[in-house]
Amino acid sequence: MKSPDTPTARLRELYSTFFKIGSVSFGGGYAMLPMLEKELSEKKGWVSEEELLDYYAIGQSTPGIIAINTATFVGYKTAGIKGAVAATMGMISPSLIIIILIASFLDYFNEEPLVQKALKGVNIAVAVLLLSSVWKFAGKTVKNIGGALLCAGAFVTVGFLGITPILVVVTAALLGTLAFFIQGRHKS
Amino acid sequence: MTILSLYLIFFKIGLFTIGGGLAALPLLQSEALGRGWFSSSEFFHMVAISESTPGPIGINMATYVGLEQAGIAGSVAATLGLVSPSLIIIVIVARYFFHFNEKPLVQAALSGLRPAVTGLIATAAWNVVTVAVIPVVDFRQSGQIGDLLKPLNLLIFALIGFSYLKWKLHPVVYVAAAAVAGMVLL
Repeated sequence: MKSPDTPTARLRELYSTFFKIGSVSFGGGYAMLPMLEKELSEKKGWVSEEELLDYYAIGQSTPGIIAINTATFVGYKTAGIKGAVAATMGMISPSLIIIILIASFLDYFNEEPLVQKALKGVNIAVAVLLLSSVWKFAGKTVKNIGGALLCAGAFVTVGFLGITPILVVVTAALLGTLAFFIQGRHKS
Repeated sequence: MTILSLYLIFFKIGLFTIGGGLAALPLLQSEALGRGWFSSSEFFHMVAISESTPGPIGINMATYVGLEQAGIAGSVAATLGLVSPSLIIIVIVARYFFHFNEKPLVQAALSGLRPAVTGLIATAAWNVVTVAVIPVVDFRQSGQIGDLLKPLNLLIFALIGFSYLKWKLHPVVYVAAAAVAGMVLL
């Protein structure tokens, strides 16, 4: 384990480590876990693998993007609030740079008929990718009739009735809590 | 679009996104399309690019949307807005409620939330299917069945879908393949 001499050096190291993770991990979320284990547990020894899994589990149950939540957590545990900020900034910097470059390039060529055709094709690939994500998530999250109803309810109310997703998120959390109390009463 | 309002809109999205980047998509879609920032088609180009480039997809989308709305300052504001709730909430959790996610009440709320989030992501999937594969909007305008069922779109969809199920390669491979197919066939 390397231990930097000064707090500033540690912050710089947090930033650069998460910059590296952000620039080589595609897709975020679950795809990132092996990368985090290698960089943070094996190489730096900042957190144990068990701790990392804990942060990850918490990152999934708190608002925000899992990758960012985990980065914030590791940064905070390593160097306090400044560490949390340094790790998060490291994580988002590659996205900012890469997307700004690509978007500026695309905006320039957007009017070209050939680019238009390519983009139409690209949207078809997005349809495939999103459908497969939905299928995968459904397998993991829809485990009973209540879950199926919530999933279908969210789809219909947001997709066809124009309800805001925020309302659905809040209602679903409340319904889950309510079911917990009703089941609890049955048991006791 | 002011920088501050971009920050606040993305703060709100970050606050209600639970369970990873894709969960931000339906919220982002509802904000961006509701405000008339983009057409559905443009929105899904951004999704394709965000899935094909490094970094969390939610962050990539925020950067992209912010950039299109208000330039580089906008992309920074949107991204910072999206991560601010994480910073605040995680620091509080790390300091005071480390075991909060093991609490039965939190688990209960999540057990309701997770299937609903799947339903929300399904709305984004449905939306892109009706834009890119079976163009329902074009059909409604023209009333011609030829605008609804386009053999070449369906062909590309079937080819990409089949190869995705058969070989689970990185999304960028399918995005690139579909771009080439689009240039040749569409």
